[in-house]
Amino acid sequence: MTMIKVDHLAVSYGQGDSLVRVVNDVSFEVSEGETFGLVGESGCGKSTVLGALAGRNRQWTGSIRIDGETIGQKRSISQLAKQQMVFQDPFGSIHPRHTIGRTLLEPLEIHGKDNRQERVEKALKDVGLPLNFRYRFPHQLSGGQRQRVAIARALILEPRILLLDEPTSALDVSIQAEILNLLKDLRDREKLTYILVSHDLAVVAHLCDRVAIMQNGGFVEIATKAQLLAGTVAHPYTRVLMDGSRGYVASKRPVGVAAS
Amino acid sequence: MLKPPENILTVQNMSVEFPTLSGVVTAVRNVSFSVGREKVGIIGESGSGKSTVGRSIMRLQPPQAIVKADRLQFEDINLLTAPEEQMLSVRGRRISMILQDPKYSLNPVMTVGEQISETVILHERVSRKEARQRTLAMLERVNIRDPQRVFDLYPHEVSGGMGQRIMISMMLIASPSLIIADEPTSALDVTVRQQVLSILDDLVTERNLGLIFISHDLNLVRSFCDRVIIMYAGRVVETIAAADLDDAQHPYTRGLLNALPSLDHPRDRLEVLRRDPAWLEN
Repeated sequence: MTMIKVDHLAVSYGQGDSLVRVVNDVSFEVSEGETFGLVGESGCGKSTVLGALAGRNRQWTGSIRIDGETIGQKRSISQLAKQQMVFQDPFGSIHPRHTIGRTLLEPLEIHGKDNRQERVEKALKDVGLPLNFRYRFPHQLSGGQRQRVAIARALILEPRILLLDEPTSALDVSIQAEILNLLKDLRDREKLTYILVSHDLAVVAHLCDRVAIMQNGGFVEIATKAQLLAGTVAHPYTRVLMDGSRGYVASKRPVGVAAS
Repeated sequence: MLKPPENILTVQNMSVEFPTLSGVVTAVRNVSFSVGREKVGIIGESGSGKSTVGRSIMRLQPPQAIVKADRLQFEDINLLTAPEEQMLSVRGRRISMILQDPKYSLNPVMTVGEQISETVILHERVSRKEARQRTLAMLERVNIRDPQRVFDLYPHEVSGGMGQRIMISMMLIASPSLIIADEPTSALDVTVRQQVLSILDDLVTERNLGLIFISHDLNLVRSFCDRVIIMYAGRVVETIAAADLDDAQHPYTRGLLNALPSLDHPRDRLEVLRRDPAWLEN
């Protein structure tokens, strides 16, 4: 079943003379339980696509269908709960002066959910944190634990879709492995659909079934995981990104032209 | 791999301690290594003390920090006892440091050209005119196409990749013999990173320098450096030739390698690093 269907999506910021079109005519479909990756350099519009899907950015044209419903510029509260975001930096995305329990309660209050205590406990359990963490403050947690809290906060509204914006790029390699494993387990257990934004193709290839490679606000290619692993991608830009995730390639030719 | 005959830097049994209200924190413990005319990578997770090592070599620690070592020798200078005036002529001229994010490490209210020329004017007492010539040549050397224009730009007017190339030219203009690069490409995109690294690579080879490359990125360090030092909790757990990293012996290094998602060796679940308290004992 198709969970997300996006047709000719274009997103812009600003208005009048300062109007900037950041995403240009992007179309894709994501089935239920699938993980779809968005890869590209900074400024290519990958987070903006997530923003439009999450309802953070309303300045878009085209059509978005989520879980069979056509989404308008303004969403109902139940439509908003259907997809939740996890941000890159767990140091910046959690309120520093609220306890973890308070942070997790907030979405429940906004969405008027009942059984709040049980839901908070379940969310903490789902991400593998001890229940007494609800009385702690973010600064008493490590980076990996904070990212687990961010995932718990996204899961607490029982969404069908998680929008993951560079969920592991602020974390160390060993912690990244834990979070990626957790995301995999949660997806299989809760039948979640993911859209994962990252600049690291190795991370994307690990978690995703299909990957869209973005450049200048558009897709240059949608590659399957098998294509990425076999190295049979079509577009040269995808190859550049693949080499990048393997490390440094010493070049014999005189190097590159200055970027402006 | 054959060890180069001359060492630019020798560090023996270095420890760095920070006194805090709740007792002394030892950030670096009994670290020994040496750097010749080669590229040495220091890998570690956040908090492993890799940046502290770099800063201690430059003597850039806050006054309350206690740096202890049996030996801390840079060329003919004993970095443990050298007076501060002597350090002034070492920093920037004989050892220089490239930092992570050019956005924060360049002076925002000075033009790029002025900042680069400042180094030569200070260290070599050359005229402004000559400094300008040297700066323009250096900018050209790091593949900046229009050095005349870039000279008068402010840091906010250049891109991240260009900022980092400016940083490199600033650090190399006084021809140091050792460069400490602390995560020099972590703030850059993959394609730009490649460009910046090959410039750094060329310059290090061309001028026959020593480079200490501090990073958390295993793939990057193993493909860029000659030797790799792996740090864990302030200690060096293993030193190994970059090409042999796959044969690393220490369980921590092995754990890090296995925790890394890879395009070449895909696996269903990533291995989670199990930290063994025994690693903390040398």
